[in-house]
Amino acid sequence: MEVTTGWYLVLGALLFVIGGTGLLIRRNPLVMLMCVELMLNGVNLSFVAFSRTLGDVGGQTVVFFVLVVAAAEVVVGLGLVVAILRRQPGTTADDLSALKG
Amino acid sequence: MVDTLVFIVAAVVCLVGALGVVLARNPVHSALMLVMTLFGVAVQFVAQEAHFLAAVQVIVYAGAIVVLFLFVIMLLGVDRAQSLEMSFLPVQRWAALLFASGSLAVVVALILAVGEPVTGLEAMGGALGSTDDVRLLARSLFSDYVYAFELTSLLLVIAVIGAVVLVRKPRETDAVVAEDRGDA
Repeated sequence: MEVTTGWYLVLGALLFVIGGTGLLIRRNPLVMLMCVELMLNGVNLSFVAFSRTLGDVGGQTVVFFVLVVAAAEVVVGLGLVVAILRRQPGTTADDLSALKG
Repeated sequence: MVDTLVFIVAAVVCLVGALGVVLARNPVHSALMLVMTLFGVAVQFVAQEAHFLAAVQVIVYAGAIVVLFLFVIMLLGVDRAQSLEMSFLPVQRWAALLFASGSLAVVVALILAVGEPVTGLEAMGGALGSTDDVRLLARSLFSDYVYAFELTSLLLVIAVIGAVVLVRKPRETDAVVAEDRGDA
């Protein structure tokens, strides 16, 4: 059996779906951020697979930018989590309904 | 044959790690499982000759982002086990199930339907070939994508400033606000 692009794409899709499901069912904000990282990794895998298939380095460049954005997102997200959990220890995403109106 | 074996082993590592992130009750275990997934993805990058991205994946993700997660977990002391069943919104479980099955079905159906998606167009960012990918990536990054590259530096500065502002102690913020009011 030969490993084709479709295999990588299916693996990326599986990672994306597992991450998205975790984002929906977990209530701990830290684990939710980790699930976002899983989703980003699934997409990165697809980008690299297409980059290889099409022989274009642009896909790898996009992955580089996704890494930078992921790092910035984690920094700001964890800053928010620290600020929220310092005020109300043990809070979950369901408790943050102050803006519900 | 070796390619297939590497793919299967790394894919199993990725998927077990991903399921571990979602299903582990302890956030520390989730973070460690995330490292496992990231290493699996790095192996997949190497298998597709994206060596630079594999190195960056290990250094930035496993070395910086996960360590940041672990720092925050330890700092806040939230490293205790939590039930997976706590406080679901009524429709949330079904929404998650619908999202998972629906999006997976759509994506896999698309992949199977399209097959090998080659458009035949010329590569815009430089063709991957026999030369090393670092050289090609650098040329692409500093020529075609140079504005985006500069914008990411701006993004990183904003993220650092935002993080510092967010995690300041509330008392200091109040003092600054009072001081500003006093001056005005």
